[in-house]
Amino acid sequence: MDWLLFFIQTLNGIQYGLLLFLIASGLSIVFGVMGVINLAHGSFYMIGAYLAFTLSELTGSLFYAILLGIPITMLLGFFVERFFIVHLYHRDHLQQVLLTFGLILIFNELQQILWGGDPHAVPMPAVLTGSFPLSDTLSYPVYRFFLSAVCLGMSIVMYLVLKHTRFGMRIRAGASNRTMIEALGINIRFLYSLVFAIGVALAGVAGMLAAPVETVYPGMGEQILIVSFVVVVIGGIGSIRGAFIGALAIGLADVYGQVFLPDLASVAVYGVMAGVLLLRPSGLFGRGT
Amino acid sequence: MSNPDIITLKDVHTYYGASHVLRGMNLRLAPRSCLSLMGRNGMGKSTTIKTIMGIAKPRHGTVTIKGYNSNRWEPYVVAKAGIAYVPEEREIFPNLTVRENLLVAARLSVEGQDNWCLERILDLFPRLSERLNQWGNNLSGGEQQMLTIGRALMTNPDVLLLDEVTEGLAPIVREEIWSVIEAVKREGIATVIVDKNIGKLMMIADHHLVIVRGEVVFSGDSIELSAQTELLHQHLGV
Ligand SMILES: Nc1ncnc2c1ncn2[C@@H]1O[C@H](COP(=O)(O)OP(=O)(O)OP(=O)(O)O)[C@@H](O)[C@H]1O
Ligand SMILES: [Mg+2]
Repeated sequence: MDWLLFFIQTLNGIQYGLLLFLIASGLSIVFGVMGVINLAHGSFYMIGAYLAFTLSELTGSLFYAILLGIPITMLLGFFVERFFIVHLYHRDHLQQVLLTFGLILIFNELQQILWGGDPHAVPMPAVLTGSFPLSDTLSYPVYRFFLSAVCLGMSIVMYLVLKHTRFGMRIRAGASNRTMIEALGINIRFLYSLVFAIGVALAGVAGMLAAPVETVYPGMGEQILIVSFVVVVIGGIGSIRGAFIGALAIGLADVYGQVFLPDLASVAVYGVMAGVLLLRPSGLFGRGT
Repeated sequence: MSNPDIITLKDVHTYYGASHVLRGMNLRLAPRSCLSLMGRNGMGKSTTIKTIMGIAKPRHGTVTIKGYNSNRWEPYVVAKAGIAYVPEEREIFPNLTVRENLLVAARLSVEGQDNWCLERILDLFPRLSERLNQWGNNLSGGEQQMLTIGRALMTNPDVLLLDEVTEGLAPIVREEIWSVIEAVKREGIATVIVDKNIGKLMMIADHHLVIVRGEVVFSGDSIELSAQTELLHQHLGV
């Protein structure tokens, strides 16, 4: 019986980890490829969740909400990159932190104006409301399986795109030598916009997918941002593989911490980070200095 | 008005911050021709090439590519116009494999042709085909140089800018690279070559410029240049 409980917690940890990966991967690429620390990345998660709330009320289904939400968050990403982030590429980290912190304040204010301070629940699609029985008393919700499967599917697609397409090759090449990739005829400005917009859409989708399990509340962006930064630091800045492993480690650490070490739950995540950094100061797959 | 030259620089001044590097540079590159840029260290040969590429922006004067003023073109626009760049520092992508370093550059020529596919590059540089799946930074100096030239050719260019491509290589490897440059020239690709080997340049290039502190002090063909013993001695150390 204990083992079954452990199994369920493990599934929860993996699910949380996969969700974290969608957010942290964008953060890590934007940091690694463009050299920008984007504190507002968590806001896109929050915006995704609120979009899921409004759009599923309007359309009657979370599925349609997500289908509409993806282009909306991508457009938002394009807009934010073109008008704000573009000014940060050649600036130092302090200025990046200041501007993107300002963006958090703006997004939070907009959130208050548009949606107010109350938390909202988002219904899950009817077909996903059931749960799989695991024993007489324990079961596992179908929606969480669905969530994990979608996140895993998106992670695999992301891997294949980065590893095996021309677009992915260009992103990797641009991460190591921006001038040279431009001199080969690639419009790096446009590539950056696209990468940023995709990162925003990934965080937005994570928010939309999480909405039915997390409830939608003000401040959810900051909470996830901090954990995502922990993931990026553990994995090594700019490393997608690192972000994946870091996200799973943090997902499991968080869930196990709450169950097995309730007194230390709030520091479990940081304990993992400290441990990794002691052994590998530039993260699991970091390039080192 | 049609301009027969692929690239021209007219009274071009390029700066790095406050330091004035090109001081009225003039240059003309005819289609299918080979132009050499000579001069001692720090005279502005690489800066001339970077100015053509749009990597360094001219502050005064006019750069034209195929008849268009390209002063403000970003490097990717220059590349799309058919100009390929082999930089002095090689600039291999270390986190891409050899195959990816080549494929990432692949594009059709301005006229829509694919003369230089991967197979052809590998025929030209058989050593690269043994290294296709290695990381770019695991190559010897000679292999890296072959890779940068191969990468530039993958863009199917009309013009190839070669900045000290034989520098620091073993003699046999140099020979191999020179013969590739000659093959490229026979193919009808115009080239701008910077190199320390003046003897080779005299044989290959149709026209030479000697640059001193960002200005052209001599312009002429190989016969004219070899007559300038004083100039050769003073500015090229020959
Ligand atoms: N990025 C830069 N910033 C500031 N100064 C530079 C920069 N690049 C080159 N310079 C300076 O500009 C001058 C011309 O440099 P350039 O690289 O064009 O010379 P070069 O003729 O190619 O010399 P070499 O034979 O050493 O390659 C030199 O004095 C050099 O120190
Ligand atoms: Mg030079």
